Amino acid sequence: MSRRFLRKLRNSAFLGLSLLATLVGLLCLGAILWTLVSRGVAGMNTGVFKLMTPPPGGTGGLLNAIYGSAIMTLLGILIGSPIGVLAGTYLSEYGRGSRLAAGIRFINDVLLSAPSIIIGLFVYEIVVVRMGHFSAIAGSLSLAILAIPVTLRTTEDMLNLVPQAMKDASAAMGAYPWRTTLSILYPAARSGIVTGLLLAIARISGETAPLLFTALNNQFWSSDLNAPMANLPVVIFQFALSPYKNWQDLAWSGALLITVAILALSIGARVVLGLLQAGRGSGR
Amino acid sequence: MAIIDPRHAAKQLVYERVFRSATLSAALLVLLILGGVAVSLLRGAWPALAHFKFAFITREVWNPVTDEYGALAPIFGTLVTSLIAMLIAIPTGFGIALFLTELCPPLLKRPIGVAVELLAAVPSIIFGIWGLFVLSPVLQRHVQPWLIEHVGDLPGIGRLFQGPPYGIGILTAGIVLAIMVLPFIAATMRDVFDTVPLMLKESGYGLGATTWEVIWYVVVPHSRVGMVGGIMLGLGRALGETMAVTFVIGNAHRISASLLAPGTTISSSIANEFTEAVGDLYTSSLIALGLLLFAITFTVIAAAQAMLRRLERRALSSI
Repeated sequence: MSRRFLRKLRNSAFLGLSLLATLVGLLCLGAILWTLVSRGVAGMNTGVFKLMTPPPGGTGGLLNAIYGSAIMTLLGILIGSPIGVLAGTYLSEYGRGSRLAAGIRFINDVLLSAPSIIIGLFVYEIVVVRMGHFSAIAGSLSLAILAIPVTLRTTEDMLNLVPQAMKDASAAMGAYPWRTTLSILYPAARSGIVTGLLLAIARISGETAPLLFTALNNQFWSSDLNAPMANLPVVIFQFALSPYKNWQDLAWSGALLITVAILALSIGARVVLGLLQAGRGSGR
Repeated sequence: MAIIDPRHAAKQLVYERVFRSATLSAALLVLLILGGVAVSLLRGAWPALAHFKFAFITREVWNPVTDEYGALAPIFGTLVTSLIAMLIAIPTGFGIALFLTELCPPLLKRPIGVAVELLAAVPSIIFGIWGLFVLSPVLQRHVQPWLIEHVGDLPGIGRLFQGPPYGIGILTAGIVLAIMVLPFIAATMRDVFDTVPLMLKESGYGLGATTWEVIWYVVVPHSRVGMVGGIMLGLGRALGETMAVTFVIGNAHRISASLLAPGTTISSSIANEFTEAVGDLYTSSLIALGLLLFAITFTVIAAAQAMLRRLERRALSSI
């Protein structure tokens, strides 16, 4: 009897601990979001979207940083995602089962979780040192390198989901693999690939470390890709660590903006994927 | 009557070759990037490595004025903060994964799972400012004084909790890192637990085992490889994490016995000092730090991937 009681007690104790762990995890997410919203909204006004980053004590906004972040993220995706999609196509179609493909897949998974600051150092070495100055191009390149593994992974996974029968049917019509890929596989895997793009945008738009030594920062408005460009993450970094109240407030507003954007992208990616799965389920 | 036009067929073949080489070169570019990272870091680090030789990783000194650099303090900080993070995040992540797979009401399973995954999407700089402005004041006012008073006098373990309560420091960085890697560990463990065949679990219950006994004697042994893979993936993140740590570590190039003291990590040293570094040896030493970080994280992540892959193959072969 007492042995049974002990076993039950141990059972409840560990299950209770697991519930506690979940509550702690959710509490952390809640606490972070709450701080972000309460402190971010306090400093939020239309000036944030209209004015440039201010000098200490002055009034200003984040316009140049928002613009810079948008441009560099866009460029990063435009450079990185085609490479990722094409490479994913190779792994899924041409190289399926080959040793080369297995090796590339492995390296890609390593790149996927490699520290982003290393990518920043790499781009600094090969671009910034050669050009002699920091630039938005260097920043975009480092973001592009971070976007490749994400798009590659999702593209390959999604292409693998396309039924073999569809490929066989296309081949039986006399289509070469390139035609099958462009006209059959990509349309079939479209929403999956879009999900990958959204996830890649979410991943790179919050990156700070690789931009520190590539795009640097710029206090003023600049649309010159060949010059240092302001961007939200680095502005948040510098302003949050400063002793000035107005800078810290702007850092919180920027943090809120960036988090809302990234969470919206992540949730959007999930919705797209959910639609895809729902469509697949009803199609069968 | 379909007649194959030879010109058409030849054109198709050209397109095919072009498309195929385009995808192949994109795939090879991935290898090239990794190789390029290794080569460029080695080249950048060479002046420092040639100058300090092996002493670079055994000395604590970091002095831009006398141009002497040793990586021991950043290596120590990186390892200790990651260790603290894993000590907190492994049991917590295990608990969350367990809750999600075995206990959670089906209705809540998806929302909680998504919430944990969203925590993974929050950029690291957000954890950094949250750690600096919210967590460290709380630790400084409430937690650290208590630790110093009650644990600081104990023999042995007490040395870890001595000195003034700075708020920021090694311990705080470890806690922030733990929150950051928690979702990765929890999500991987959950996915691994989900691969345990239902038949095995039901057999356990059929023998009269409690939920915990099924988990401990059936689910955990079956998922061991995957769990270790997930943990090492989390460890890889913790070792290389930059922004979250940079805010709360205090950036002091010295090794203290106390976890409450400020320290530095490899990545936060680079982030803090790289743009301000003057002199070739200084810059080169920072790149050498990057090379060290690359070597450490590459090893950990590659090992984790190898383990997760082994698990995948086993799962496939058991079907």
